Amino acid sequence: MARNSTISKEQVEHVAWLARIELTEEEKQAFTKQLNEVLDYFKKINEIDTSNIEPTYHVLNLVNVLREDKVEPSLPKEDALRNASQKEDSFIKAPKII
Amino acid sequence: MVDYSELTCHELKEMIDKREVSSEEIVNSVFERIHKFESKIHAYISLFRDSALEEAIIIDERIRRGETVGKLSGIPIAVKDIISTKDKVTTCGSKILENYIPPFDATVIERIKKEGAIIIGKTNMDEFAMGSSTENSAFGYSRNPWSLEHVTGGSSGGSAAALAADETILALGSDTGGSIRCPASFCSIVGLKPTYGLVSRYGLVAYANSLEQIGPMAKDVTDCALLLSIINGNDYRDSTSAPFPNKNYMNALVDDVRGLTLGVPREFFGEGTDSAVEKLVWNAIHKFEDLGAHYDEISMPHIVYSIPTYYLIAMCEASSNLARFDGIRYGFRAEKDDADWNEVFSLTRQKGFGPEVKRRIILGTFALSAGYYDKYYLKALQIRTLIKNDFEKALSKYSALIAPTMPTPPFKIGEKIEDPLSMYMIDIDTVPINLAGVPSISVPCGFVNNLPVGMQIIGRFFDEETIIRLAYSYEQNTPFHRKKPNL
Repeated sequence: MARNSTISKEQVEHVAWLARIELTEEEKQAFTKQLNEVLDYFKKINEIDTSNIEPTYHVLNLVNVLREDKVEPSLPKEDALRNASQKEDSFIKAPKII
Repeated sequence: MVDYSELTCHELKEMIDKREVSSEEIVNSVFERIHKFESKIHAYISLFRDSALEEAIIIDERIRRGETVGKLSGIPIAVKDIISTKDKVTTCGSKILENYIPPFDATVIERIKKEGAIIIGKTNMDEFAMGSSTENSAFGYSRNPWSLEHVTGGSSGGSAAALAADETILALGSDTGGSIRCPASFCSIVGLKPTYGLVSRYGLVAYANSLEQIGPMAKDVTDCALLLSIINGNDYRDSTSAPFPNKNYMNALVDDVRGLTLGVPREFFGEGTDSAVEKLVWNAIHKFEDLGAHYDEISMPHIVYSIPTYYLIAMCEASSNLARFDGIRYGFRAEKDDADWNEVFSLTRQKGFGPEVKRRIILGTFALSAGYYDKYYLKALQIRTLIKNDFEKALSKYSALIAPTMPTPPFKIGEKIEDPLSMYMIDIDTVPINLAGVPSISVPCGFVNNLPVGMQIIGRFFDEETIIRLAYSYEQNTPFHRKKPNL
């Protein structure tokens, strides 16, 4: 299936790992096919010479938009915890890291 | 017997002011309509009938006492489910947020509530705003009120369908690559994507934050201008919001386009544009000419690169913006015995996200990864500069640009969903606008076999007045906005 594809199934698996999304075998196959079709079309961007063109990250020329360092009330604890599915006292319970 | 649900906000406001109708009657009328048609249309994810009636009764009492009330007081509004509404479930059309209840209101919600608007429900949408047909909703697709086998467009499909079916008076949507304008075109309503930064994004769940804006959706240009007037203006909580105070656009509602110059970019009429759509948009251009505007055909050479440029930038930003959905602090969390952080995280996202969201996150992660960043993401940002320059150049010579909103009339449900690339391609006329950041309004300009077609009026940065004026003049001189679907 790897006839000159832009992204291989192994790459899809690796990138899915980077993005922390587990994929089923069907998804790995379907996405590899679909992402190759999409990336093949995206190759169009190579037609155009962009040397010496500045990238546009943001369309307005806003820089360092800050507010006064004034203390304001924070979100109350109960509100902050309300949507966590696992909690204990005033802590959110997370899975073990190690 | 007047069916209040069929009227516009400005018509109802006048009646409320004259004490000819109460808010309670209006809300009841809209909910009767919802009761009658919602099982067919599925415009809504959530409905708030009880709280809406409570609020209506309170407003009616205040009006009876002679108190001054807000500009939207008593008027039902539907809100796209990607906008945070305090204490009301906000799903973003996704299973991963199916039970998420925001502890705060988005800035736009604060502003419309301050003016007395009554939020009657949250509308259906493509999951995390990723899609152009509302078929990517985790809660089922919406149907186009003009033809139930056809899509509403997306991602703000529920808001557009609700307006077209008179299941609401006003609506809010969001537009990252056409998500207000596409469904506006497909459902024959008015939708405006403001200049980037005009409307606060605080409370808008982010998909592609350098591209998106919340915007008004309505049954006519007057209502659209009214809603825009309330939600716009600088917000210190959104550091990308433009440093301008709130502006009133009602003075732009003038039926006079004499002396205005219109650019018609040929790249917006390229391959894939349905000939019937092209004809209707050209009819509109000639109507503007009859009304005293002048047009020229122009070229914007970099527009042809818009689709890959948009999708690369949007997917890259999405991969970052959606990294927060880990199930720990909020949202759906997968259970697995003895699983560690990475396993829970990955399984949560496996089960919680739909396929289109997964595709975009994976592609975006790929395009940002070492070895590919320059080739894809950076390259796209450079082409974005060229596209933005094309707009600035064209708009320095012309008051506004005219183009189709969508290259075709609405397509059938199921027609494009299996082929992601074919779905991306229909955004060809809307995405350039988001890349540049300029404002654009879609207005109905005709029908093809009773399927709606919309026209885009694209303006200069922060010059919503001119596009509103053009849209209003066009609307006042054409019958399309008065047509209703046969439900």
